[in-house]
Amino acid sequence: MGGTPVSQATHGLGGLKYDPTKKARAPEWNVLVALIAITVIFEILNRINGTSFLFNLRDNVPGLFNQQRIDIMLLQVSITGIIALGVTQVIILGGIDLSSGSVVGATAMIVMSFAQTAMVNGNPNPKAVLGDWAMDLPVIAPIAVGLACGLLAGLINGALIAYTKIPPFIATLGMMVSARGAARWWSNGQPVSFPTESYAGLANGDLLGTLTFGLFHWPGQNPAVIFALLAVLFQVVMIRTVYGKRTYAIGSNEAAARMSGIAVDRHKVLVYMVAGALAAVAAILLTSKNLTAQAGMGVMYELDAIAMAVIGGVSLSGGRGSMIGTVLGAMIFSVIISGFTSIRLDAYYQEMVKGVIIVGAVILDQWRQRGRARG
Amino acid sequence: MSDIILETRGLSKRYGGVHALEDANFILKQGEHVAVVGDNGAGKSTFVRQVTGVEQKSAGQIFFDGQEVNHAGPLEAREAGIETVFQTLALADDLDVPSNLFLGRELYKFRFGPFSWLDRKAMRDRTMEALKTTAVKIPNVDNPIRNMSGGQRQCVSIARTAAFASKLVIMDEPTAALGVQETAQVENIIRGLKERGIPMILISHNLRQVFDLVDRIVVFRRGRIVASLNKHETDGNDIVSYITGVKGGSDAAVA
Ligand SMILES: Nc1ncnc2c1ncn2[C@@H]1O[C@H](COP(=O)(O)OP(=O)(O)OP(=O)(O)O)[C@@H](O)[C@H]1O
Ligand SMILES: [Mg+2]
Repeated sequence: MGGTPVSQATHGLGGLKYDPTKKARAPEWNVLVALIAITVIFEILNRINGTSFLFNLRDNVPGLFNQQRIDIMLLQVSITGIIALGVTQVIILGGIDLSSGSVVGATAMIVMSFAQTAMVNGNPNPKAVLGDWAMDLPVIAPIAVGLACGLLAGLINGALIAYTKIPPFIATLGMMVSARGAARWWSNGQPVSFPTESYAGLANGDLLGTLTFGLFHWPGQNPAVIFALLAVLFQVVMIRTVYGKRTYAIGSNEAAARMSGIAVDRHKVLVYMVAGALAAVAAILLTSKNLTAQAGMGVMYELDAIAMAVIGGVSLSGGRGSMIGTVLGAMIFSVIISGFTSIRLDAYYQEMVKGVIIVGAVILDQWRQRGRARG
Repeated sequence: MSDIILETRGLSKRYGGVHALEDANFILKQGEHVAVVGDNGAGKSTFVRQVTGVEQKSAGQIFFDGQEVNHAGPLEAREAGIETVFQTLALADDLDVPSNLFLGRELYKFRFGPFSWLDRKAMRDRTMEALKTTAVKIPNVDNPIRNMSGGQRQCVSIARTAAFASKLVIMDEPTAALGVQETAQVENIIRGLKERGIPMILISHNLRQVFDLVDRIVVFRRGRIVASLNKHETDGNDIVSYITGVKGGSDAAVA
């Protein structure tokens, strides 16, 4: 290709100097710094009262850390965090999912009725929902039923959004209301209890021990182990596979994605289905942990999950964010909630603080947007 | 094989009551470079969107490479061999340069449906190559293109089109936001396409550029094609009088 030679050194850069060895710091670092800062603040607040946030100060209890608090925090983070992993993908896609908490509720009720044991202490299960045929099923049955519930909810969400062009806010709001209704209708509002031992083992067993062939043990913390595994899995999926590439592309410019030949509508359905499946995983772990399902399970989890994602740097306008960010965001969220408990803030205040966190995170997102628009 | 690569007959597009494109009869020969000019809102981009399958035409026929085509979407048009720089650029701002170059046609290490594994290294290498052959300079291809200047983003879109060019290239105002040197660069890319014998439709408001680069000039006015002139049989004043309606078309007197 001939033509006029153009000065290679400067053009396209306006003559600016550029040092390719210097890279911008990943935004996740800021979230990590915030996490550490907030933890330190609560530790200091506790020390002022002569207690500790994370550490064990009692002589009669062994261990360096306040194990009880850390366990509670981990459980909180893990269950809502798993939902947040799905919500993160939906938000990166440029959508929103308000239904995940209700999907957890409906899935919990349905799953539990396929996980029941026939005999409790020698008597027939007093909470039996379905007939004998659904009793003492192998553990794979409730898992399959649960995942199917989540996938179905996601399919309906995604299809409504992609093919009828309803705004995601409205479509998933409808699902939020309907799924909660389904949860109450399923057993006329009665709790479903007494799962099989193998089902109870899903959350209460020692998955880490199994996975590491007994090298490490972490009994009763399967939700945390599964959360970690899923976070790593989806971080890889979002960065390394075309699924992630398309999700980011659609969220960042849907028209461009369409013009580039991406099957945008089909991909949207898929992402909402993944989010539904993750809500179902959360429901399974939650019921397995609690050994019971109630129609009110998961209320407001969707907002917690959205807050975790936004705190972790996921932009509500789509296209930006990561799984690692959301994991850190989930930890910040949980530290703040536990932190307020640790300084004995009243439960009512906690609710209010939670609201402030959610709104604050969105304001933060808006600020980031504005900073970006200037560029 | 026919001598004509693209032909439209009676191509029309209405947006509700707006007749954005009416009865467009357009012919592009193999290897030919044609400019499409006209005022803002004359229907140039609308014409491009019909030919590239981004929108569905209201009436008329499109023939491409010897066959009548009805591209259901931009992917079909692209797979048929039409590469386009859209006026809106069609870039995903949060993705880096290689991801944008290969948007919708990623390279894989192995395929597994939606979870196919991306071959990021191959895409990056081919991107560097494409940027090199088009002499487009971009400081860090691994940054999201959101932070790049308007001209750099435009260069990404042009490099993408040039890299994948096969049967037909369409550029909708490719140099609109470019500086002097970058414009010269893009013009070189276009000359390169001419040398390779790849036919092209260039939409531009820059008549100097148009006379420099193309063989024939087609003038759009108010959704209609009002003139198709060989470069050597016309001049700038002539073209302007067609654009403004002084010459040609039934409304010439009215305007
Ligand atoms: N989706 C749409 N809905 C309604 N009207 C539209 C739509 N797209 C384009 N138009 C109208 O069609 C006409 C032609 O627009 P088009 O974009 O093709 O112009 P253009 O010749 O490319 O102009 P420019 O030089 O400014 O790019 C304009 O009047 C525009 O307002
Ligand atoms: Mg245009």
